[in-house]
Amino acid sequence: MSEEALHRQLGLTDDEFAHIPELLGRDPNEPELVMFSLMWSEHCSYKHSRKLLRRFPVESDRVLQGPGENAGVIDIGAGWGLSLKIESHNHPSAVEPFEGAATGVGGIVRDILAMGSRPIALLDSLRFGELESSRSKHLFTRAVEGIGHYGNCIGVPTVGGEVSFDERYEDSCLVNAMCVGLVRADRILRAAAEGPGNAVVLIGNRTGRDGIGGASVLASAELSEDEDRRPSVQVSDPFTERKLMDCCLEIADEGLFVALQDLGAAGLTSSASEMAAKGGVGLDIDLDLVPLRETGMAAAEILVSESQERMLGVVLPRDVERVIAICERWDLDATRIGTVTESPNLVARMGGEAVVDLPAGLLADEAPLYDVPVEPQPISAPLGPEELPSEPVDLRATWLEMMGRPNLGSRRWIYEQYDHLVGANTVVRPGGDAAVVRLPDGIGGVAITTDCAEVHCELAPREGGMATVFEAARNLAVVGARPLAATDCLNFPNPEKGPTGWRLTEVIEGMSQALEALEVPVVSGNVSLYNESAARRIYPTPVVGMVGSVDPEKALGHAFQGDGDAVVLIGYGPRRLDGSEYLGARGCPPAPDVASEIALNGLLVEANDSGLLKSAHDVAAGGFAVALAECGMPGDLGATVELDTRSRADEALFGEGSGWVLASCSSENLARLTALAPPEVAVRHVGQTGGDQVKIGLPASTVSASVTELAAAYEAAIPGALNEH
Amino acid sequence: MSVAVVRFPGTLDHVSALAAVTGIGGQAQYAWHADDELPQGTSAVLLPGGFSYGDHLRPGAIASRSPIMAAVRRHAEAGGRVLGICNGFQMLCESGLLPGALIDNDSLSFICHQADLEVVDDSTPWTGDAGAGDTLSIPIKHHGGAWFGDAEAARVVLRYHGENPNGSVERVAGLANATGNVMGLMPHPEEACDPLLGSTDGRALVKGLVA
Repeated sequence: MSEEALHRQLGLTDDEFAHIPELLGRDPNEPELVMFSLMWSEHCSYKHSRKLLRRFPVESDRVLQGPGENAGVIDIGAGWGLSLKIESHNHPSAVEPFEGAATGVGGIVRDILAMGSRPIALLDSLRFGELESSRSKHLFTRAVEGIGHYGNCIGVPTVGGEVSFDERYEDSCLVNAMCVGLVRADRILRAAAEGPGNAVVLIGNRTGRDGIGGASVLASAELSEDEDRRPSVQVSDPFTERKLMDCCLEIADEGLFVALQDLGAAGLTSSASEMAAKGGVGLDIDLDLVPLRETGMAAAEILVSESQERMLGVVLPRDVERVIAICERWDLDATRIGTVTESPNLVARMGGEAVVDLPAGLLADEAPLYDVPVEPQPISAPLGPEELPSEPVDLRATWLEMMGRPNLGSRRWIYEQYDHLVGANTVVRPGGDAAVVRLPDGIGGVAITTDCAEVHCELAPREGGMATVFEAARNLAVVGARPLAATDCLNFPNPEKGPTGWRLTEVIEGMSQALEALEVPVVSGNVSLYNESAARRIYPTPVVGMVGSVDPEKALGHAFQGDGDAVVLIGYGPRRLDGSEYLGARGCPPAPDVASEIALNGLLVEANDSGLLKSAHDVAAGGFAVALAECGMPGDLGATVELDTRSRADEALFGEGSGWVLASCSSENLARLTALAPPEVAVRHVGQTGGDQVKIGLPASTVSASVTELAAAYEAAIPGALNEH
Repeated sequence: MSVAVVRFPGTLDHVSALAAVTGIGGQAQYAWHADDELPQGTSAVLLPGGFSYGDHLRPGAIASRSPIMAAVRRHAEAGGRVLGICNGFQMLCESGLLPGALIDNDSLSFICHQADLEVVDDSTPWTGDAGAGDTLSIPIKHHGGAWFGDAEAARVVLRYHGENPNGSVERVAGLANATGNVMGLMPHPEEACDPLLGSTDGRALVKGLVA
């Protein structure tokens, strides 16, 4: 094999390969070339997105740690910080869904752990092809099992997330995992190595040949059907992860870590080079000391192995013995493999010889950055009346059919496979809008959600980016929470081709405008590009994870609470069929209005703080009719409502638009609630709860179904689709 | 007088179990799997849930052979109270302190949801004021929670009310030894001790440790 063929095989372009000797002053040797190929991969370097990501608002008084570390951290008061991060594990999950999804959970948990934080909640944002496809059935069921297997075994509750199914994800499924952790604000750990002479200690699993090349050949290129890339997928061991958590937090509690970093994509190479580059120091590592799972591993293999459940710590020489003793108590390997040095070089030795010796910053910081093509594209136009299909004759049948779609039906089949209660702090459980987790020491609670309006992003990317952020903020507001910070995972197709670069730019612009208006900083994030095949390109899918503060005693659910309460529709703007679940990805959904969104969320939080609300629910996919049924089903409570509308019946029932919430309150509080409404927001009393039927009166007709039959369709949606052959 | 909450590698519910004991006014401290003796002053033992030793071999199998379990056995044989929750129940069956075995759910999936439990035998210390036929609302969360054994011969304390969630013989959710001082159950009473979490029905079981 020629040298040139090797660099291409590793995923480096000819230009990138030619650039290395210019930086290094010599040709790289083979292990070094392998390290460059990984560190300069899209997955590790963000080379096609880094310039665009600078647009995100990242500052606020609350930010204790912004983007650039393993996770972001915000101040939540009383000396506590909340860390958060979302990350993709899309390509591994498409190749081997169980291990791919499981190790995705493991990776995000270690990112939180690396900040010295105790993980307290997990969420997962998933996209698969339609469940008619046997491949998508397999990917979906195995990914859910993998998430459950890992999350359940490490004892971190999986409290929420979202899923949808669309033909666009048939070849490129998305598995994004978010983790939230808790840390004393004065005990936050960071990755920067410091103190020449300090010891570098590798903790956790032994190093094997699994996951080699995961970041470059697997995560940074399009997948094609004929290639078997299973050797590039890592293997999970959640039991070791749990011990790693307990052990590292014990070491952190004793204040023994100078720096901590997890071993993720590109393994030891990325951890060591990033720790060195961030600290402006070097690391001298003896590969002969790395505990190995198999014999005969080459230097390059040890350096880039993505074996899971490993952490790299910097500790004072005098503390090494104590750190190793704590690890031994947890039956974990801990080995001093190197030393922090003054030179800026990362040196790796094997058999006494330096097999790698190069400035760490070249790997970590000097990847070439690229501009993506951003030629503006036409935005889809709203559909005119003549472009809409004729109205269904039987609206009730359509309603029940919609309730039974996998995209709208109950997520119970998923979340009941996850331990969402462990820790005894889950106040609002999965199945609603945002989860609420109680925090210790009476410091309140945190509401957490993940959201994405991907169809909107496809049709009108800037407005879709805004709609995504506002949906997340609204999901927090309906449980009574004020937004604090966001993390994002930008899942896109190949940015070098077609309209993707422009869409990426536009989505980031829309998200940023919304985040600025909400005063919510982005504190961490991840980018997953190349989610396309020869046949299919995913929708732009910028998943936003958002956290908010809420008094857990006041946290609101979406379920109606009793008979005779007023049903109230609160919001602004139109709801249309364009881009809706009912109609599909056509037309142009209504654009969010910034001032109205802020006013709506403010009203909800204030009304809940004043004790005026009994329930609140975001009117999202499926529109009003589906949202109303969702409010009634948990308590087995019907409702009778009247919609005074000039829209066609299907639009009134199933139309979608940013900024609508369905709430309930006692009839005594209705006047107070209405009086609170700011001018941008309408508060409409549309009906009453009660009975066993959900009845929706429209100007020309009434649509009615029993709670029981709505629930039967809703609960059967996913299990039913999985059982069809 | 203190409840020993035993930690094994992979134990997950020790913090909420300890909080449940202190929440009802009891005292509690952790015990460590590798120790040969329970902490001084131990009056009762709580084996909390989790995935001890990663469920390797069989859930509870390795834990039941760990050094601390010999001390737990001595404590139980002397009449001391022992409560095993979920993985702790699996350990008690594996160690022979309770009859039968726990096998995979009939769905072969992990299940996590609130469950109604019917009190079958109200004469043990583990169901407080609840009488036979009363129901308790307590969450279940397990993959291997189907009890298998001779239900006629066993002292069944709790049974799933309504639908059998996991394929347990005779819908058994929890049982005690003949003398009633050792109790195991798959549901998680420590997660049903706080009104904020929706139910306080778990307190009766936790009170069995300090009464």
